[in-house]
Amino acid sequence: MKFVYLDNNATTPIHEDVIDSMNEALAFYGNASSMHAFGRDAAFKIEEARLAVADLIGAPSGSIVFTSGASEANNTVFNIFREQIDLGSKRNRIVTTAIEHPSIIEMVAYLRGRGYKIDLCPVDNTGRVRLDALKELLAEDVALVSVMFGNNEIGTIQPIKEIVEMAHSVGAYVHSDATQAIGKVEVSMRELGLDYLSLSAHKFYGPKGIGVLAVAKGVPYAPYIHGGHQEAGRRAGTYNTVAIIGMGAAAKIAKRDQKDEERRLWKMREMLRKGIVEKIPNVVINGNQEHCLPGTLDVSFPHAEGESILLYLDLEGIQVSTGSACASGSLEPSYVLLSSGVDIELAHGSIRFSFGRYNTEDDVAYVLEKLPPIIKRLREMSAL
Amino acid sequence: MSNFMAQWVYSPAVKDHFMNPRNTWDEKENFVPDGVGDVGSLACGDQMRVMIQVENDRIKAIRWLTYGCASAIASTSMLSEMAIGLTLEDAYHLAPETITEALGGLPEHKFHCSVLGDKGLRAAIDDYLEKNGLPNPYRHTIAKIVCECHNITDVQIENLVKTKQATTLEELQEITKYGSTCGKCKADIAGLFDELKHIYNV
Repeated sequence: MKFVYLDNNATTPIHEDVIDSMNEALAFYGNASSMHAFGRDAAFKIEEARLAVADLIGAPSGSIVFTSGASEANNTVFNIFREQIDLGSKRNRIVTTAIEHPSIIEMVAYLRGRGYKIDLCPVDNTGRVRLDALKELLAEDVALVSVMFGNNEIGTIQPIKEIVEMAHSVGAYVHSDATQAIGKVEVSMRELGLDYLSLSAHKFYGPKGIGVLAVAKGVPYAPYIHGGHQEAGRRAGTYNTVAIIGMGAAAKIAKRDQKDEERRLWKMREMLRKGIVEKIPNVVINGNQEHCLPGTLDVSFPHAEGESILLYLDLEGIQVSTGSACASGSLEPSYVLLSSGVDIELAHGSIRFSFGRYNTEDDVAYVLEKLPPIIKRLREMSAL
Repeated sequence: MSNFMAQWVYSPAVKDHFMNPRNTWDEKENFVPDGVGDVGSLACGDQMRVMIQVENDRIKAIRWLTYGCASAIASTSMLSEMAIGLTLEDAYHLAPETITEALGGLPEHKFHCSVLGDKGLRAAIDDYLEKNGLPNPYRHTIAKIVCECHNITDVQIENLVKTKQATTLEELQEITKYGSTCGKCKADIAGLFDELKHIYNV
């Protein structure tokens, strides 16, 4: 059976060179915080990885704080400002968006429940932050603005540079969850002027369970996990040497291949988009088609429900994801699509195809062969 | 990559009915129904039409259409097989639990929302009786779903009012979560609640 994995925004396979580096790393069993030779060897390899990640995101190596992933990094940032507010800062408001990753959406709900002031900046019908609305929300009482770089579901890329300029002009700090963008488009903390950035290794062919919060020099910080003195007291816990080394190897590859990957992913994505529009009547392409992660294509198929499409595709060996409520375990379809003004039926009938480095143009052809009869069949069966 | 250890997301019976749904409506067939029932809510992602032919007070044939997930398709397909040959009375009382059981079970969160076939079948029987000017002895023998998203019945609400567990609409909402998904039932439930409060003098 042929398999076509088109769920790379959920996670990516580990690159073969990364696997090699991790196999070698298993020998560095010393605790990187130990002073002896074994500890120093492990620490040396970790610092190498730190440099590689810093280089990838255009940040000094001192800014890199290793975390268990982007969820922890995102939670850490919000906790920094929660602490500032608790300590009596006059800047006591946080601004973010309605389409962030759940690790921010749920943090917002948690903090709001405890009385913290958090505003959600609306997005337009392509999922882009409405800068006019952001301007209205910004004032001297804003401590933090957090806006994701590129959306995991619809791929929309945000005008981060403009957002940074606007936020800095009122003295607020800016965080961006760049998890989906790393390795696909150029991301430079320095160039964008970002104060905080989150990323996760498993989205760019590294291992799971490891990520980074990059913290610019001189900005507020508070540890989220207390304990040992690792990461200069910024994040406690014995170094996950193998995963960190794997992430370092993945970062080097991501940096080396980014330009080529960006072109290749966009080409496959566009082939699929054009093929779907040509072969299947009545489809809606979601997200921003100009400012878009190169490998992400989100499509709504009216009169065909997303979970059914996903499972019929799965039976053909094609792996995708859906914004349908039926696949989420809740009764609500994708909040990203609903917040972007997508009609509720279209949200239930949405499918995300996300490409990665191991996909080929043959994969696109295979999807274009299998998908149209599935949609036709579901539509014939539909009561709408 | 080809040997998956994990089972499919649903039971083998669900998979079978999802892949080969039985008794689906086909335009070319020219099926002339005696009764038609439409149920479901688009906001929940499930909408269904059940069409029946009746002969000698029994379901002679059934066709259906559904917009919904795999368990919605499979459960309607299963229901269509179970209903054929039943008397109208038995068909009217076909419980969603019976369908789920025949399918080898469904995840909890799927039960409320996607097992709609029995409601569709009841609506089709109501329609058949009404169209033919026949009395409907079944209509009030079972609870009626008033919030489809959360599968809440009028009997449930009546009990909450009667026992004073819900004395305000807010309390009722808190307990049942009615109307928190598609919201389409809100006005009707508010009306029903007022009526019941009056009846039970709450």
